[in-house]
Amino acid sequence: MNIVVCAKQVVDVSEIKVDPSTKRPVLSGIAKKISDIDKNAVEEAIRMKEKVGGKITVLTVGSADAKERVKELLAMGADEGVVIVAPVDSEYSVVATLLAAAVKKLGQVDAVLCGEASIDLFSGQLGPRLAGVLDIPQLTYTTKLTAEKDHVTVERNLGDHAATMTSPYPVLISVTKEINTPRLPSLMQILSSSSKPIREWKAEELAGGPLTPKIKTLDIKGVPMSRKNIVYQDDLDASIHKLVGELAKEGVLR
Amino acid sequence: MVMVYSDNKRLALELIALGKNLAPSLGGKVYAVTINQPEAVIKELVAHGVDGVHEMTTNIPQFKAEEYANLLKDLILEHKPDLVLIGSDKNGKELAARLAGILNTGCVMDATSVTAQGKTITAERVVYSGTGIAVEQFTTTPAIVSIPPRAAEPLPKDEHHHADVMKKQVTLKEYPSKILSVHEAKSEGVHVEDAEIIVSCGRGLKNKTDIQLVSDLAAALKGKTIGCSRPIAADLKWLSEDHWIGLSGHKVKPKLYVACGISGQIQHIAGMRDSGVVVAINKDPDALIFKSADYGIVGDLYQVLPKLVTALKEHAA
Repeated sequence: MNIVVCAKQVVDVSEIKVDPSTKRPVLSGIAKKISDIDKNAVEEAIRMKEKVGGKITVLTVGSADAKERVKELLAMGADEGVVIVAPVDSEYSVVATLLAAAVKKLGQVDAVLCGEASIDLFSGQLGPRLAGVLDIPQLTYTTKLTAEKDHVTVERNLGDHAATMTSPYPVLISVTKEINTPRLPSLMQILSSSSKPIREWKAEELAGGPLTPKIKTLDIKGVPMSRKNIVYQDDLDASIHKLVGELAKEGVLR
Repeated sequence: MVMVYSDNKRLALELIALGKNLAPSLGGKVYAVTINQPEAVIKELVAHGVDGVHEMTTNIPQFKAEEYANLLKDLILEHKPDLVLIGSDKNGKELAARLAGILNTGCVMDATSVTAQGKTITAERVVYSGTGIAVEQFTTTPAIVSIPPRAAEPLPKDEHHHADVMKKQVTLKEYPSKILSVHEAKSEGVHVEDAEIIVSCGRGLKNKTDIQLVSDLAAALKGKTIGCSRPIAADLKWLSEDHWIGLSGHKVKPKLYVACGISGQIQHIAGMRDSGVVVAINKDPDALIFKSADYGIVGDLYQVLPKLVTALKEHAA
């Protein structure tokens, strides 16, 4: 079985600081990593392979330095990587078009896996968008996956209810963070992964021409937040007395 | 023209209101799409101000993104809306994204604001764990935007309002994916989105049984809704996920939000930043949560909560 995992290199959002004067997030100089939930997708692909056999290809769209990050996924157990070099923060329509072209170029692909959303933008758009471009079934928000030779059965988290669904291949599956705990590769795996191939494809060659974004990001604004920030930290009884008084004045006590 | 779709009726009414707001520069009309919905739902959409309804019936009784996206694609190609608003619940999100893929058009998920200047549509959404707001401008039509619940109030009900209702039966191409069963999620029937008062707990709690302290405070505030941060729901599983407030949990807007033993990671803030009054209780004076709070008490929640409960009871008496 041929499994493709779409993984995105993102800035580590836990390191983002807000510029105190502009209130904007400072995005430069922040460490990059593979988006957490995409690692869950890689882990699930490895478990599928362990059960039914096959080959795992990791696809990523982004800057050429993503190769370093893809190596970590190969160490986990993916077989090969492809980095599609495109401008950083390419818009979803561009990324989905490139991934779809790459999936087609790889030949017969049975399962395409991805995280339900990337931790940087948390849009959740890429998976179902790619399924639409490929015109294949989509099993989103997957919390449990059972792979068989000719079909897959999944549990999906739909908020107030859950659904069990099944699909033959080819299918796109987006996974949640709860589906598994990604393995940490051993030193041996890290060393031996250096012999696994990582190819580099150029976006324009893959797409057969330049791709026009459908959306322009005009700005990343700061988030207005005006809070009173009154913190009581002296005598506890006095603090509580003051707090209750303020809450009464705010009109939130009933 | 603005086209709206959600299989959640309340959300559909909100989309109509939002659409009517944007419609003046987009040709004036808002059309809703319903798929396999009873007459009562159509009537309600009409009474709440929609200009027209595409009342579709299909061979696919239950929501499936693959088939329903194709249905919407055909309607969009026929009627050419400038803007398509889709309710941003789980079904709506996967539908909106797939639809955008099929149409190869732009899509903004979970927009916090949408504006139309002339025919140019701009949407904003929260990014980078709640530290930034991306301003996204569409360069193609239709613009597809998914809208989270409670972005707008439904328009007032008017039983005499008239709308064109166009009924159509379609046979959709079936995809081989199948729903085997639908079951209740592990839920305690809590709807944090609806609560006016929420008392939330985080990693500062030492034992599952200590949640009692939190519910005592909620009761003293005449509320009953308990929220939590990620570790309590996702890792420790002391509370079901319907209590989870945050970027990947629920987003809430209560009048009063009390955060007990929550450090204030940006992912949590993203879920509660729209709250009215925010109170934080944390033993670490440098905890991030104090930056997002109106009032804070630096102290051990095991001491603060019982004393606060007593003080609130005295105040009420």
